[in-house]
Formats: sequence, structure tokens, C-alpha cells
Amino acid sequence: MLQLTGVVDDRSMRAQYLDRMDIERERGITIKSQAVRMPWEFEKQTYALNMIDTPGHVDFTYEVSRSLAACEGAVLLVDAAQGIEAQTLANLYLAMENDLMIIPVLNKIDLPAAQPEKYAEELANLIGGNPEDCLRVSGKTGVGVDALLDKIVQMVPHPVGDPNAPARAMIFDSVYDSYRGVVTYVRMVDGSLTNREKITMMSTKAVHELLEIGVSSPEPEPTKGLGVGEVGYLITGVKDVRQSKVGDTVTTSMKPATVALKGYSEPKPMVFSGLYPIDGSDYPNLREALDKLKLSDASLVYEPETSVALGFGFRCGFLGLLHLEIITERLEREFNLDLIATAPSVVYEVTLDDKKEVTVTNPSEYPVGKISKVLEPMVRATILSPKDYVGAIMELCQGRRGVMLDMQYFGTDRVQLRYDMPLAEIVFDFFDQLKSKTQGYASLDYEENGLAEGDLVKVDILLQGEQVDAFSAIVHKDKAYAYGVMMTGKLRELIPRQQFEVPIQAAIGARIIARESIRAMRKDVLAKCYGGDISRKRKLLEKQKEGKKRMKMVGRVEVPQEAFIAALSSDKEKKGEKKGK
Amino acid sequence: MAQLPKGEPAPQDGLLPEQAKHDADSRTFHAYIHVPFCRVRCGYCDFNTYTAQEIGSSSQSSFARDLVSEIEFSKSVLELSAIPERSINTVFFGGGTPTLLPAEDLIQMLDKLRENFGLDSDAEVTTEANPDSVDQEYFQKLKEAGFTRVSVGMQSAVPHVLKVLERTHNPENVSKVILAAKAVGLQTSVDLIYGTPTETIEDWVHSLQEAIALNTDHISAYSLIVEPGTKLARQIKSGEVESPDEDLHAEMYEVAEAMLTKAGFINYEVSNWSKSVATRSRHNLAYWNSMDWWGYGPGAHSHVGGVRWWNVKNPSAYTDRLVSNLSPALERELVDEENQVIERVMLQARLVDGLDLSWLKSKGYGSAEAISTLLAEELIDGKAVFGQSIKLTLKGRLLADYVVRKLLD
Repeated sequence: MLQLTGVVDDRSMRAQYLDRMDIERERGITIKSQAVRMPWEFEKQTYALNMIDTPGHVDFTYEVSRSLAACEGAVLLVDAAQGIEAQTLANLYLAMENDLMIIPVLNKIDLPAAQPEKYAEELANLIGGNPEDCLRVSGKTGVGVDALLDKIVQMVPHPVGDPNAPARAMIFDSVYDSYRGVVTYVRMVDGSLTNREKITMMSTKAVHELLEIGVSSPEPEPTKGLGVGEVGYLITGVKDVRQSKVGDTVTTSMKPATVALKGYSEPKPMVFSGLYPIDGSDYPNLREALDKLKLSDASLVYEPETSVALGFGFRCGFLGLLHLEIITERLEREFNLDLIATAPSVVYEVTLDDKKEVTVTNPSEYPVGKISKVLEPMVRATILSPKDYVGAIMELCQGRRGVMLDMQYFGTDRVQLRYDMPLAEIVFDFFDQLKSKTQGYASLDYEENGLAEGDLVKVDILLQGEQVDAFSAIVHKDKAYAYGVMMTGKLRELIPRQQFEVPIQAAIGARIIARESIRAMRKDVLAKCYGGDISRKRKLLEKQKEGKKRMKMVGRVEVPQEAFIAALSSDKEKKGEKKGK
Repeated sequence: MAQLPKGEPAPQDGLLPEQAKHDADSRTFHAYIHVPFCRVRCGYCDFNTYTAQEIGSSSQSSFARDLVSEIEFSKSVLELSAIPERSINTVFFGGGTPTLLPAEDLIQMLDKLRENFGLDSDAEVTTEANPDSVDQEYFQKLKEAGFTRVSVGMQSAVPHVLKVLERTHNPENVSKVILAAKAVGLQTSVDLIYGTPTETIEDWVHSLQEAIALNTDHISAYSLIVEPGTKLARQIKSGEVESPDEDLHAEMYEVAEAMLTKAGFINYEVSNWSKSVATRSRHNLAYWNSMDWWGYGPGAHSHVGGVRWWNVKNPSAYTDRLVSNLSPALERELVDEENQVIERVMLQARLVDGLDLSWLKSKGYGSAEAISTLLAEELIDGKAVFGQSIKLTLKGRLLADYVVRKLLD
């Protein structure tokens, strides 16, 4: 589309043009929405098409819903080789809830594995209409793209705002740019905004001067102003995205609107993890890096936290596992930090016998004492898969405390299964398991589904009697033993022998449920140390001393950082596969 | 020492920097001569050594001549570098197999040292010997020329252990050689290796009994170290030979200590036992007390006043350099004061006489916390500590590297 409408010339074109982050391009996914404006001529008239490219992954649903609220129509792109995925359904549902005109399109028809007929049928079953109405395009070769642009002009209703009303622009994205400060993306709903005008944020009444106003085509292009229905960006010189909040309404200070547009609810973090610098002296750098990321990602929340085992770090809240993974990776790459992330955890509401209520985002803060009730977050999970894997999926979901709601066939061989399941079960390597049990064919989507009481306990891991906070986990009672055995076994392999025997225990409260031990090291001496060995030996000693800096002390036990990392990353190698949208 | 350490290039003229002179009078001077030839190469060995097949026998016959030229070279380097003149306190011929050379060759080298530097009147002069390559006549010649000591590579008395090590000597020859050395009045020592794959505790006890029965003055016992690049390392990697077990090593060490002590030996360095103070290896003690020595021969290491250097390993490259009157040194390392302290801790902590605790503290090491931990772990001797000295307990000897790290924390 970018090429065909002429906004990007052939020479500059590249795959995933709008995905600006390295991490997006490498993983082939979209994390940040990007707005773009394209001209298109249809029946001798030129139209300005404003498009927002959105992420697909469930973690970024809030990005999608915000973008959809700023639109009149949606192009539903389905991969002609893979068909409908669970996320497709989720995003389609959002679009329909927003009363948008939906144009179903099968993409990648150039692929040898493409099955456009089959999936057109599936799409038609889903949203009604004829399979023939489903457009077939190839973004790579350009086939069918002009027909799609024509169809957008024909089908998508024109904006309906009042050009003469007081200006109201909806902020749907707000991004920090180190050169230009905060760039605010808006959709003009009523009236217009012009350059150099004073604007007011309706929620805070804060007034800013418009230093630049323009459209993305797709590079930023300053204009004199934005008129009703247009999508563009504003720059006011503010440095913090929180001053330009997504969902807020922008109006002019001269002639302010009185009623703000209906905003969005702020995304709530679902998954928590402690992030710790491997080199303790990097702690201030980590804080600075988080502050910077927060500027462009308001959904990231964090607060300082101390761990006996890992030192100083931050408890961070994420929208989901992919979000966690991406933030961690960005911190490591863009800010050159080496990090340890503790096992992801969800938020528990714990009620004590004395009626006191505690919110637990970190297992080590789980209250001691009589607990009357624990509520855990639930999700409604939708899994789409070829029918051959139904048995394996049901087995997996049942093992994860899932309760099946229904099962539905799409076309002849694809099945949708819906489950109610604790979020905690999904957070722990569920996606990896699902992919491996279905040879990568199943897709997963989930949405929040309130809280439910769970029979949960906290399992602590003790090294020589000292609790290692980073390994504490809140698990279902039936799984406590398995967790204890797994963790103690793993640590026995990972922690080097010490000068004394080190018992490793898993405990629920004072009750030991699993035990391993590391035998004392009996020999640590080089037999020979003669003339020619001395330089080598001294260098070995230097290396060992260097290595010791990376050791963490748990009581008297020296634990190498690597052991923590290895014990905390259950399936590090498999993570590579968990890319997907 | 298959791999040489990493250093800076050594100067072609071999001249020593200023620091080498510093306090030289407080250090004795020693000579090591490396004879890099063996009849066959043993599977575990990574020393710089060559068989006649690998290198041709001519270099073996001209070796003494080349080495003598390094002795002359060393004399002039030490003079030009203004290192105070010192006579030689100990000489050690190691290898390889020095006794593959005719006794006359060894004597020629020793004479050359004496001629250039002089030997102390009580100088200790040792050669390593392979049980198969010497007889009493050979020893007689050495004794007359001033040799005082023989160290025999016994390794084990158990045939299947020797086979894994690929030692070809006949175990019965060891006692013949020791008897021959004693007959001419040389001090004797045997080297043992324990922890060889397939060796059991019973095998090791048997080897110790045999060694003790030889009634030597001195015994060294080393746990087998699998050095990278050796045939043994490859055999272990391929699974052909089982990897040595460190816990078994520890047990074997304790057995050795018990049996040797009972037989009248006293441990004076982690891997060395001697019948009396007089029969300790003074040459090796010089290494451990950071004295000065010149290492002659291909791949040999030297140390003078915190300057460490090492020669090119290849015998023909070694000869070529000397012929062109260039230093055979490949690289060197200038050990700064801080690292000299570390070396001293690392080496002296292994000795029965221990490490001076007040000195250690004056250098900013040996924190009260570290000492207290080591005492609690029973790795250093309590009475010694109150006498301001660090001495390892038996348990501490087995964990000496840990103790050193702790002391240097």
C-alpha cells in the first residue's frame, strides 16, 4: 500500500516498513501502532486514507482497541497460509464492538502453502457474507492491493464530525522521541487544530503551545493544521508522555470544547516480574532505562524491590509475557544492561483470618499467618488449532486447572476451544507447551475474566536453611510438591559444591516437602605448582576472583549468577519460538 | 604446560628491566635445565618434550652444545642488566628425560654453569631419571661431577595403571635404579601419580607401599591432572577412559598422608614429603619462595626479581635464535608489586612453614573475617594463627586454592 499510493518510493521500501524497532523487525511482529496517511485516487477523486497499523498479539490488545476507537473501518488481514488465529478473532471482536466497517482480506496469497479458498470460507462463516467477497492480496508482490484501496474508499464511511464545532481530538498514542520530545498521535473528531495554537488537555487542563502539527506519510510531515476526520501528530515540547495521556481529549485554549470524548480505560498490568541487574552497580542505570522506556510505554509499571539473593532491582508489571520479554530485551539491547528476571507472577488478593486484605505481586511478600481466602486472576482462553491436536490440548488445559466452556468447529478441520483458566497457569510456560504439543499450529488468545478463589500455597526454597526469595512461588496445592522437587533438583545441579554440605529444601511454611543436598567439596587444589605453572596459576586465581564478584551470597553459600539465571529461566532455549502474533 | 601463558613480547637482546635488580641480594640464584626429549610420549603428559621420531636424533646429540650457548648468553645478559653476581644454589635437570642424554652431556652443562657463575659449596644438583634409561655407572659419573640427587618417575607400581598412563618402564626397574643411586651416594626421590582412571584405592595403597619400601629420602605425589590437548584428555572426551573423580583424589591424598607419615615422611608442601628438613627439594622450595632462577632450554621458564619469561618451545627455533645470538625468550611478564604479593601468598600458603600472617595483613590481605572463617572450617591451624602464621591443616591442604582465595579476598 505504501508503495502503490506513492508515499514510500520503491527504492526506500523494505519489509515491515512501519515497524521501527529492531526487535519488531527481527521477530517479525508489531509492538507499537503506527499511523500513516496515504492519498488514493478513485473515480477521479483523491481521498486521504488514514491508516493505523496495529499489533496483533494479545498483550497489546489495548493498543488495538485504542486504534480502533479512532477509526471508521478495519481491514482484517488474515494470513492465507495459516488462516484465522485466536488473536484474529479477538481483534475482529473488538472491531465489531466499535461498529466498524470490516473488510476481510487474505494476505500472502503468493505463498506456495496459501489456501485462500479454504480460509475465505472460514472467514465468511465467521462474519457472514460470501467467500467471494473476501479480497485476496499479496503485500509482497502487490497483487490485489489496488482493489483493496478502491474497496476501502467505497466501503469505509466518511468521518462524521462537525468541522465548525470546538476542536476535539482524541489522543490514541503518545510516544517519546529523544530528539523531539513527546509526539502525540490524534484523531480530529470535531473542529480543527492549527500550528502555533495554544491547546488544552481536557483532563488536566494543562495548556501547551503547538510547536509542530502534521501527518505521517509515513515519515512525519508538518502541515498547517489538522481538519475534521484527519489523523496526525502534535508536538508541544513536553518531555513526559504522562502529560499527554492516551485517551485524553485535546481542544483549543481559545475556544475550548466542554465535553470530553469518551476515553479508554488504562491497561492494567497482569504479570509481574523482578528485574535485577547482574552487575549490582548497574542499578541506577536500570532505573534510568526504565524511566526512559516508561516515557513511550505508559503501560509499564515498576517500583524498587530488594532481594536477598539478587540485590537491588525493580518489581515490574507487564501486560503479558510477550510484553515482559520485549521490555527485558529492550533494556538489555538499548541500554546495554545484563538482567536477571524472576519467574513471572500474577496478582493475588489474599484475605487473612483477621479480615485484613493484602495484594501480592511478589511471592516473597505472601503473608505468613492464617489465610482465609486467596483470589487469583482468571482468564478466558481461546485456542484455535487443527482438530488433530484437540486431545493434546485438552490434556494440557486440564493439567493447568482449565475448565472447558465450549468447542466449536470452523470449516472442516479447525477447532476453537474455550477454557476458563487461572492466569498463573498461562504465565508459566503454557504457550511453549501448547506450541510444542501442536507442532506450532495452535494459537492462543485470552482475556481477563475476573478473580476466583484458588487452593493456593506458597512454596519457599531454602539453601542451608536460608530462604532464597527469588525462588518462592505461589502454586496450586496439588502442584507444590512437583514444584519443590523440580526446583531443588535443578539447584542441586546448578550450584557448585562448597566447603560444606549444603541442604536444599522446598517448604510450605515450616513443612519441608522436598529435599536435596550438595555434598561438600573435598578437593580444591592444584597438585603441581612449579616454575612454569606460576603465571598460569596466578591468572587462574585472578579469573576465579573475578568470577567471585558474580557470586551472590545466600547465607554462607556462594551461588553463581548463572545458577540463578538458569534456575529462573525454565525454558530459555524454547523462548526463541515464542515469537508470534 | 602445553600452553605457555600470555605475556608481552620479550626483547631480542634478552636484557632485563630495572625491577629485576631490586633487592637481588636477598634472593638466591638457581638454574633449571629443560631436556625436551623422551623415548615415547606418555598419554597424560603435556610437557614440552619430543621423541626422536618427531624431531630427529641429531638435535638430541647437539643439545648440550646449544644449551651451553644459552648459559653463556645468560651470563652476559645478567651482567649487562647489572644484576649482582650470585653463585648458583641449586640446579635441576628436568624434562622430558634428561637421562636419555649421555651422562657426559649433563656434566658438560653443569660444568658450564659452574664455570660461569660458580656453584655454592653445598649446592643441590638434581636430575630426573627414567627407570629404564640409567644404571649405576651413569650415576657414578654424575656423582663425581657434583650431582647430589636423583628424582625417579615411578608414577605407580600397578601395571594396569601404568598402562593407562602409557608409562613404558618396567616397575621392577625402579628399585634397581634407586639402589644404584643410593650405592653411589646420591639422595633419592620418587614421583607418584594418583587418581589415574581405573586406579582403585587398593592399587594406590599398593603403589605407596612399594614406594615406601624403596626407602628414599623424598616422595612427591601428584593427583593426575588431565591437561587439555593430551591424548588422555581426548580419550576422556570420547568416553574411552573415565574421567578422574575428585572425591576419590581427596581420599587417596588422605591415604598417602597417613601412610607416608607413618613411614617417617613429613609433608612440607602440598604434594611433597621428605624424611628430613635436609632432604627437602631446595630447588623446588626456591620456586615457592620466589627466588631467582634461569630456566635453560626450549620452553623453559625463568624468574628474576618479578620478571618472568619463557623460551620458545620448539627445539629448532630455540637453536636458531641462539645461533643468531638472539634471546630464546618468546614472551615475558613483568609482575608488579601487587601481583608479587599474590604470588607469594599463593605459593607459600602451600608450605609447611606457612605464610607470615603479619606480613599478609601489612599488605592489606587476610581479613579478620577470612581468618575466622578458615579457622571455623578447620582449614588453617589455630595455634599457628596465634603465632602470626598461616599453616594449612590436612583438610586445608586439599582445599588450598580456596584458602588462598579467601586470604586474598
